[in-house]
Amino acid sequence: MTGYLAKRLLWLIPVILIVAGITFILMHNAPGGPWDRDLSSRQVDPTAQRLLNEFYGLNKPLWRQFTAYMVGDTNTRTGKWVCGLVCGNMGPSYRIRGMSVQQYLFNPPPNRSFLYSKFGYSIRLALLALAFAILIGLPMGVISALKQNTWIDYINLFIATVGISVPNFVIAIFLIIIFASTLHWVSIVPLSWDEFNVWILPSIVLGFGVLARTARLSRATMLEVMRQDYIRTARAKGLVERIVVVRHMIKNAMIPVVTYLGPALAGLITGSFIIETMFGFPGMGRAYVTAISQRDYSMIMGTTLIYAILVAVANLSVDFVYVLLDPRIKLTE
Amino acid sequence: MAEQATLEQKAPVADLNEVVTPHRDLMMDAWYRLTKNKGAVAGMIVIAAFILVAIFADKLSPHNPLQLNSGKDFLPPAFVEKGPNGKAGDSSFLFGTDTLGRDVFSRTIYGARVSMVVGIIPTAIIILIGTLVGLYSGYKGGWIDNLLMRFTDVVYAFPDLLFFIIVMISLRDTPIGTMLNGLFLLFLALAIVNWVGVARIVRGQVLSLREKEFVEAARSIGAKDSRIMFKHILPNSLSPIIITAATTVPGMIITEAILGYLGLGLIPSTNPQDFFLTSWGALLLDGQTAINGQPWALLFPAICVSLVVLAFTFVGDGLRDALDPRLQGTQ
Repeated sequence: MTGYLAKRLLWLIPVILIVAGITFILMHNAPGGPWDRDLSSRQVDPTAQRLLNEFYGLNKPLWRQFTAYMVGDTNTRTGKWVCGLVCGNMGPSYRIRGMSVQQYLFNPPPNRSFLYSKFGYSIRLALLALAFAILIGLPMGVISALKQNTWIDYINLFIATVGISVPNFVIAIFLIIIFASTLHWVSIVPLSWDEFNVWILPSIVLGFGVLARTARLSRATMLEVMRQDYIRTARAKGLVERIVVVRHMIKNAMIPVVTYLGPALAGLITGSFIIETMFGFPGMGRAYVTAISQRDYSMIMGTTLIYAILVAVANLSVDFVYVLLDPRIKLTE
Repeated sequence: MAEQATLEQKAPVADLNEVVTPHRDLMMDAWYRLTKNKGAVAGMIVIAAFILVAIFADKLSPHNPLQLNSGKDFLPPAFVEKGPNGKAGDSSFLFGTDTLGRDVFSRTIYGARVSMVVGIIPTAIIILIGTLVGLYSGYKGGWIDNLLMRFTDVVYAFPDLLFFIIVMISLRDTPIGTMLNGLFLLFLALAIVNWVGVARIVRGQVLSLREKEFVEAARSIGAKDSRIMFKHILPNSLSPIIITAATTVPGMIITEAILGYLGLGLIPSTNPQDFFLTSWGALLLDGQTAINGQPWALLFPAICVSLVVLAFTFVGDGLRDALDPRLQGTQ
């Protein structure tokens, strides 16, 4: 078990390295650069561009830039060694002056807690969406299974199928048209995210897909568990139906659902960039989209790598949660 | 003499069998079950309708989708008496017009082309590559198998949308990026990421099938590896391949819509001779800028995307139930 865990964790290092390499090459190949400005505004002077490139090391060969980003390099001006990603330094942002990528993403505004950083905002939105998805999706799936082939089941299944197939930004469009453009209950882009009610619409939209998946998954596993011999045994020994359902069915049916939570949360964090952009949400996803359009190389690298690590760790978590929850499963590979 | 007697005895039995159960093979059986599934039939009808719309878009659209109708911009749909901007609907513009006065109905019709093609062509490529690699790596193992598994690790760690975005931005101005109005690059990016999933599924099937008795029997009478792979193992793993194909299509359509919505999908064409003029994703992007004033420009493409994707999902679910009846109603 420990050996297996160590092996899988170690394997993450080359995987992340390859992801970083691909992103780095593609990004630098993209037309334009971080010093381009809108045609309407004042352009950066060519001499200044050259100096900036020199200062940030953008005039060096690509592989030198890559190693500088990953491991580190000596600063051309001061001659001091600046450590790279291995020390957790994601480099200076080319667009947000005087800030490094990690400061921009993880540091909250003055006098606020970590939850008010870009990353914190995204985590909060994802957790809220996950809570919404589980609190609604789980009962939906369980009730569907208990009342299989009734109208309740069919309605739940239909909602779940819609949620799985229709992408969340299209659902967002429908909800925005209904609640913002027509009913005027909420504004599309709120001025402040300090009040709770502005969080409701984005988190429902974001969590809808996970809700649908949770409902389908819990329904499927419930139906499988209901046919097991130990359920018949539980009934045969005279247990009250409520206890059979709660203690024997739901408890066993939850195992696949719980293992799915890790990837679901990672999916919510990485998949939120469109929703964040639509609602003007001050999170990491919107920072990523902005960075792409501004060719802020280090910011793109930073956010992509954070996303990749999150996804990889979440996928890894599935196996281990399984082993922890289900004593019948043993890991051997 | 004894042989003749048994033959005579058997003949009527064989006749009886033929009368009672007409011969049906596995695929016909599955097709029969599929046609009994209301959701799947409805889905197939919707898909067929959209395919027809896509093919005959130039005949069906009442206006040129690129035509700027001056003075008729911002029109609400035909059935609206008075839109939010005070203008009344015009009966010749069923879904109204956009900010530049282009007919939303015609544009939506043309958008079907891109979604249908993006749904089907990359899926075909993915299934082909995935099946071949999965077959080979599952049957032979060795370094190809190892390479496949390691490649899978990388693909699974790379959030796929982020990959598509970076690829589209990076290669959009190159010759590959402008082929087919940018669709070629999109197909390529979709295929690179998604064939791995198919290969994994096929590989899993092959791993369990190659230990079966019929494969051993084929091997013992001296069948070549290629014959075993394509004549014995492949037909027996067709069901999961078909199911994967059906469930892959909506994912492709959604990805195109998302990229189009971010302005990274199809490069909008200004040449009316082009086959692909606009996509639903691009229409959503156009509509987004005026979501409060003219939600209809956004509403109709959004409904179309939802309809098509739902239709494919229903057909996919129906196919799974039809091809693997043991799973009926459990998923």
